[in-house]
Amino acid sequence: MDIRLDSISHKYGDTDVLRDISLEIPAGQIVCLVGPSGCGKSTLLRFIGGLERPDSGRVLQLGAAPEGCLNPLTFVFQDFALLPWRTVKGNVSLVLEDHGIRGAKARAIIDDVLTRTKLSDFADALPKQLSGGMKQRVAIARALAVKPAVMLMDEPLSALDSQTRELLMDDLVSLWTRQPFTAVYVTHNLSEAVRLGHTIVVLSRRPGQIREIVTIDTPIQDRRPGDPVCQKKHDLLWELMREEARAADGELIDV
Amino acid sequence: MSEIGSSNGADTDQPIEVRFRGGGFAPKSRRWVGFAVFVILIVFVQWGTQSGWISPLTLPKPSDVLATLGQLWESGLLFKHLEPSLRRLVVGAAIGSVTGIAIGVLIGLFSIARAGLVPLVAAIFPIPKIALLPLFVIWFGIDEGSKYALIAFGTFTPTVVATYGAVDNVDRSLVRMGQSFGLSWFSIVRKIVLPGAMPGILSGLRISLAIAIILLVAAEMLGAEYGIGAYILEAGALYDLERLFAGVVILSLLGVIVSASIGFFERRLLGWRT
Repeated sequence: MDIRLDSISHKYGDTDVLRDISLEIPAGQIVCLVGPSGCGKSTLLRFIGGLERPDSGRVLQLGAAPEGCLNPLTFVFQDFALLPWRTVKGNVSLVLEDHGIRGAKARAIIDDVLTRTKLSDFADALPKQLSGGMKQRVAIARALAVKPAVMLMDEPLSALDSQTRELLMDDLVSLWTRQPFTAVYVTHNLSEAVRLGHTIVVLSRRPGQIREIVTIDTPIQDRRPGDPVCQKKHDLLWELMREEARAADGELIDV
Repeated sequence: MSEIGSSNGADTDQPIEVRFRGGGFAPKSRRWVGFAVFVILIVFVQWGTQSGWISPLTLPKPSDVLATLGQLWESGLLFKHLEPSLRRLVVGAAIGSVTGIAIGVLIGLFSIARAGLVPLVAAIFPIPKIALLPLFVIWFGIDEGSKYALIAFGTFTPTVVATYGAVDNVDRSLVRMGQSFGLSWFSIVRKIVLPGAMPGILSGLRISLAIAIILLVAAEMLGAEYGIGAYILEAGALYDLERLFAGVVILSLLGVIVSASIGFFERRLLGWRT
């Protein structure tokens, strides 16, 4: 299933947030959205996931979702959004219960996703007992449980320290290599974008417009920190963003 | 500057230990302190009344109050008074808090209910419910009905206010999460909003149930033969301080038991809180 954004524009009050965004998100690829803070990249992601409605333009699903897919467009949030009163297992089972999946069938899915995110030993732990990285792995496990067609990741690693971020990036790479998934990955961190993105979409500062689309051909499992190709892309992206970021830093937020 | 880290160039070459200024503001569990306060107070009053500088017209001897309680127990009157009081308290508070939670959740979830009911609740809240007792007697009869109604009405308003505040405070990002996974409206309310509001609802119940005990005595002022409130009022009319205080002790114990059982539920239901 592909996603097409058809000239999306949006205003908050009198402020233009996004202007005429058109974009294709092909199946099986990770598309990263980068841009200075306040450029509307998270808003754009919420449009794609149907949590907000743009003033004009449409988000289109092309083709049917693959079979067995319970929730085609599935979010992974920056703040994890785990229910603190449910165990790890309970948090995953939450999203299955509404689809009538209970008992042995649910247990099989939960075991599978917890194994894939290396959380099997913590199935009965409460979120308050987990570290930030583990919480985000629970959120990823929960997202995997509904077999999404597209994962919508809203700065999933931004709340984590840099070591945990590195480890979790490795985990995401190995998850993708084992079973390629489609993802829209919003971040302000260029090294995450260079590490995980097949395509990197650079947005300008407010009103957000597509400034540039950069593709990286190196397969993501072969990318290493300090890899010359990746470093060059990183520098190119920073070149593109520096002015935008500096200008955005001198503006008032009136959203 | 002779060496790095020497303090502002003055002649204080002696290292000065950094003064500790953190700590505090973190309540810890100290069970025995509350108990000790009670014991000290009672021992003090006992000593005062025994030695005579507290006149028996002001305060009864704690030992006499205890003896009165013992008599109550032995004669079986204790349960004769306690049984109807507990029934009134349980029925009244149950009606009041269940409807209070239901209305509070409705106000929290629906803007139309909020717009319509919040002013109404604000108008009802400050009315002293005791003042309405004669009205309740006319509406619900002189016997149990009016007593249930008074207690229910008194617990209702604080429960509503606590509940809708608690629903407002549920983390909206969790609700968005539920929506993003396609959970039904009913599931979001049951699995995300209600558990999220539970801490606020329980702390509201703490207040409403204390109010229920206060109103119990008021309700028994009119046409109750048995009941802790009736017992206290009768003792007061006869200026029988031992019996009056025995009744007060029973009410206090009731308050402590209610508060402790809410504490128990909080520990059971809210163990997930950090």
